Amino acid sequence: MRYLPKSPADRQALLKAIGARSIDDLFAPIPAEYRLNRDLKIPRQMAESEILDWFRERSRENGDGYATFLGAGAYYHYRPVIIDSLISRGEFLTAYTPYQAEISQGTLQSIFEFQTMICELTGMEVANASMYDGSTAAAEGVMMAARLTGRRSVVIARSVHPEYREVLQTYAWHQGMPLAIAPFGKDGRVDLKALEQSITQDTACVLIQSPNFFGTIEDVNAIAEIAHQHGAMLVVSIAEAVSLGIVEPPRKADIIAMEAQSFGVPLGFGGPYCGVIATKEQFVRQMPGRLVGQTTDRNGKRGFVLTLATREQHIRREKATSNICTNQALVALMVNIFMTIYGKVGLKELAKQNLAKAAYAAQQFAKHGKILFEGAPRFNEFVVETSEDPYAINSRILGHKIVGGLPLKKFYPELGNAALWCCTELTTRTAIDTAVGFVADSERSVKSAKEEDAQEVAR
Amino acid sequence: MKHQTRKATRHVNQNEGLIFEKSSAGKAAWKLPPLDVPEVDAKALLGSAERKDLGNLPEVSEIEIIRHFTRLSTWNYAIDLGMYPLGSCTMKYNPRVNEVVARLDGLANGHPYQPEKASQGALRIIKTISDCLLEITGMDAITLQPAAGAHGELTGLLMVRAYHQAKGNPRKKVLIPDSAHGTNPATAAMVGYSVENLKSNAQGMVDIAALTAQMNEDVAVLMLTNPNTLGVFEQDIHRIADIMHAKGGLLYMDGANMNALVGKVRPGDFGVDVMHLNLHKTFSTPHGGGGPGSGPVAVKQILEPFLPKPVVITKPDGTLGFEYDRPLSVGRVRSFYGNFGMFIRALAYILANGPDGLRQTTEDAVLNANYIRKGLEGTYDLPYTTPSMHEVVFSDKIQAKKGVKTMDLAKRLIDYGFHPYTTAFPLIVPGAMMIEPTESESTEEMDLFIEAMKSIAEEVEEDPQMVLAAPHTTRVSRLDETAAARKPVLRWKPGN
Repeated sequence: MRYLPKSPADRQALLKAIGARSIDDLFAPIPAEYRLNRDLKIPRQMAESEILDWFRERSRENGDGYATFLGAGAYYHYRPVIIDSLISRGEFLTAYTPYQAEISQGTLQSIFEFQTMICELTGMEVANASMYDGSTAAAEGVMMAARLTGRRSVVIARSVHPEYREVLQTYAWHQGMPLAIAPFGKDGRVDLKALEQSITQDTACVLIQSPNFFGTIEDVNAIAEIAHQHGAMLVVSIAEAVSLGIVEPPRKADIIAMEAQSFGVPLGFGGPYCGVIATKEQFVRQMPGRLVGQTTDRNGKRGFVLTLATREQHIRREKATSNICTNQALVALMVNIFMTIYGKVGLKELAKQNLAKAAYAAQQFAKHGKILFEGAPRFNEFVVETSEDPYAINSRILGHKIVGGLPLKKFYPELGNAALWCCTELTTRTAIDTAVGFVADSERSVKSAKEEDAQEVAR
Repeated sequence: MKHQTRKATRHVNQNEGLIFEKSSAGKAAWKLPPLDVPEVDAKALLGSAERKDLGNLPEVSEIEIIRHFTRLSTWNYAIDLGMYPLGSCTMKYNPRVNEVVARLDGLANGHPYQPEKASQGALRIIKTISDCLLEITGMDAITLQPAAGAHGELTGLLMVRAYHQAKGNPRKKVLIPDSAHGTNPATAAMVGYSVENLKSNAQGMVDIAALTAQMNEDVAVLMLTNPNTLGVFEQDIHRIADIMHAKGGLLYMDGANMNALVGKVRPGDFGVDVMHLNLHKTFSTPHGGGGPGSGPVAVKQILEPFLPKPVVITKPDGTLGFEYDRPLSVGRVRSFYGNFGMFIRALAYILANGPDGLRQTTEDAVLNANYIRKGLEGTYDLPYTTPSMHEVVFSDKIQAKKGVKTMDLAKRLIDYGFHPYTTAFPLIVPGAMMIEPTESESTEEMDLFIEAMKSIAEEVEEDPQMVLAAPHTTRVSRLDETAAARKPVLRWKPGN
C-alpha cells in the first residue's frame, strides 16, 4: 500500500522488538468471535490513475459545465486561484487545531485577521472561527440568546432559509424551546405587526435572515426595535456574505450568524462551508466555538493563542456553551484569503456587479413573468412567478446546459409556480437572456392554449 | 539615529505583521471583468440599506498576499513536516489525490439544489462511500449529514432519544465513562439528558459491576469509546452491550479510535447500536488547522427510521435520489447534505487502499503504537499496563518529581522537531501523555521520536529549568494565556 512507509522486513523487525510473534498477538485483546477473518467487501485497491478516472466520470455525471441560476444559501462566485495555492500548503492543510501556540502561529494569526475582518464587515465587536455552516450557526446563535436572556422560546421569521429553520427545529426539539413563526407580508419581508404579536415575555430572541430567503433585505432596525422593546434579542442570519459589500450590515443585531461560503468557498454540492457567529463584546463568554486572542510571549513579542477556552467542551464538559470541537478552520482560511484579496474596495465592486446583474435579470423576467415581493430592496436574488410549473420550464432550460431558478413550492406551497432566481458576477447576460427567452415562450404557449380553450368553449 | 535592519532573518523567524499593517489605499489584488449589463445606482435600488463604507478591510496586492500567508504558514507545524503524535486525533498522511479529485469541476461547482438528474455523480459518491462505511462498521444504515464528530454525537443521541420517545419514554440519563472525550457529556447536555459518570476499573476499562449497578430504566444510552481513550480495547464489549440491552438501553460508540479497528473487527458485530465516524481521523481527510471534519453516523436497523432527512435512495429506474418523506426522522442537523467535499476525499482514500490496504493500515497503526510503548516503557510511567491498540498513554509521574509536567515535556519535544503528544488527557491519568503515531510513521521517524523522548527525560534529571523554559527554538516562546483570557484582544484595531 503506497501510503504505508514500511517494508515487510520493517514489520518483522518491529514485531521482534516488541516481542510479539505475529501481528495477531497485538489484536489478541479483541475477543476471537468478533474478529473479522475475511476481506472487507469494498472495491479493490485502485491505482491513482484509476481513482482519477472514477471521479472524473462522477464529475461528468454532475452537471459539469452548466450555468446556474441557483442560489438559496449556496452561491456561485468566482474563486481567485491563489486561494487554493495557499490553502494547499501542507503547513495549513495538514496541521491540527492550534492548541500548541508556539508552532501554530500561522493558523492563529490568520484566524485573528479573519475575526477582525468579520467584525469590520458585520459591524460586530467579536467573531469566532468557525461554526459548521450558516444553519448550525443560526441554531447556536439562538441557543446563545436563550442562555443570555434566561428565556426559553424563539420567534423565527418564515423568510429565513427553510433548511435553517429545520435545523433549528431539530436543535430546539429537546431543549424544551418552543418555536413561533413570524409570517412574511406582501413585500416578502417580516410582517412587523404579526411579529410583535408573536413575541411574549418568554421570547429569548427573534431570528431573521437578511437578505432573506427571497433575496429581500429586511427592515432590520424596525425588527430590532420591536424585539428589544420586549426584552428579546435579535439574531440575524446572513446567508449571502457578498451582500455585505453593498448592503448595510445589521448593526442593531445582538448576534449575527453567518454563512461565509460566498467568500471563496466552492459550492461543493453543499459543503464544507463556513459558519460564523459575531456578537457584541459583552456577550462573548456565552459564545460557542473557538476564539483567538492576542497576547505576548516571555520576551514581550506579539503572539496569538486560543483563548476563553473555559466556554468549551474539553474544559467544561456538560456545562460548555456548545459541544463543537472540530470546526471549519481551513474553509475559514479560504474566506480569510478571499476577504484579503477583494478588500475594502473590491468587495464593494463585486457586490455592485451582483446587484446590477440581478436588477437586469429581474427587469427582463418582469416583461414576461411576474416578479413577486416588489417594493422592498433586493440584493442578488428575486422571485419570478410563471403561469407554467417552473419544474417544467427548468427541464427545457436544462437542455441548454443552464440550471434555472429554484421552484419554491417544495418550501412554500402557498407560492404556487414561483421560483427563486439568483445572479452573481458569474452570470452572463447571454445566459440571462436565454433563460428569459424560455420563460417568455412558456408564457406565450400558456396564453395561446388559453385562447384556444376559449375558442373551443365559444364554438 | 541607530540603524535598524528590519528583515534579514530567516523567513521562519521574521516578524510578518498583520495584513492590515501592509494596507494602503489604491492597492488591489482583484480585477472584475467589464459589466455586460447596465450599471445600477445602488442608492436608488437599496435606499437606506445601501452600505457606504467597508471599514478597515485591507487593500493589498497579490504578491503581498502570497508572501503573507506563505510566511505565516512557515510558523505552523504539520504532518507534512514530521511526526504529529497527538493521541486521539489520528494525524495520518493526507493523500494529495484526494485534494485533486475534490476539485474536479463538476464536483466542486455542483450546486446542492441542482436537479437530481444532473446530480447523479454526487449521489453516486454518497451512495458508494455509505456502502463502504456500512461494510467497514457492520452497521445497517447511515447518515453523512453531520459536519464533525461532535455533530455526529449530537445526531446519534437525538436518534437515541427519538427511539426511546417512540417507545413512550425518552429516559433521563446518559452513562459516560470518566475517560471519555469532553464532547460526550457536552453533547448529552445539548440533547437534554443528564450525565452520569461511570468509573473505570484498575485496567482502565468499564467496570462491569459498576455498570450493572448504575444501569436502569432511566438510562437511555452508554456512550463508549472503543478502543477507549487509553488505547485499550474494551474486551467485555459484548457483555456491556448485553447489560444495556437487557434494561432497554442502547450502546453508542464514539468512533474516534476507529483507526485501530478497520478491517479487523466491526462494531456492528460486537453489539453497538449507533456510532459516529470521523472522516478527518480514520479516513485521511485533512485536519486543516481544526476542520472541516465530517461525522457520519451509522446505526442498526432499529434506529433507521430516525435518521436525519433526506436520505439517499435508489429509485425504481436505477437512478439515485433524495427521500424527504421520513415521518419519524429527527429532522435536519445541517443544511444540504453535509460536508460533501470530505466524502469525496474519504472515498478516494478507501479506493486507494482497498480491503487489503485498510487492514494493513490498521495493523501498522497498532504495530507503531506498541513499538513506541516498548521504546519508552521504563523511561516514562505507564499507568495502565493493559495491552495497547493504536495509542499509548504514559504519565509524567517520574518527571513531575523534578517539577516538570506533561505540558513542559511536550514543549521541549517541539525543540526536537516533533509536534507534542496530547497532554493532560484522558482525565483519569494525572499528567497524561497520550501518544498516537498512526500508520504513517516509518521506523526511522519513530526511532527519532523515541530518542528525543529519552533525551528529554535525561534533561529533566540534569537541567529541569531548561526543560521548563522550552521551547527554545520557536519564533515565539511560551505565550501568556492568562493575560489573553483576562483582557481579551480578539481583533486588530487601527493604532494598536
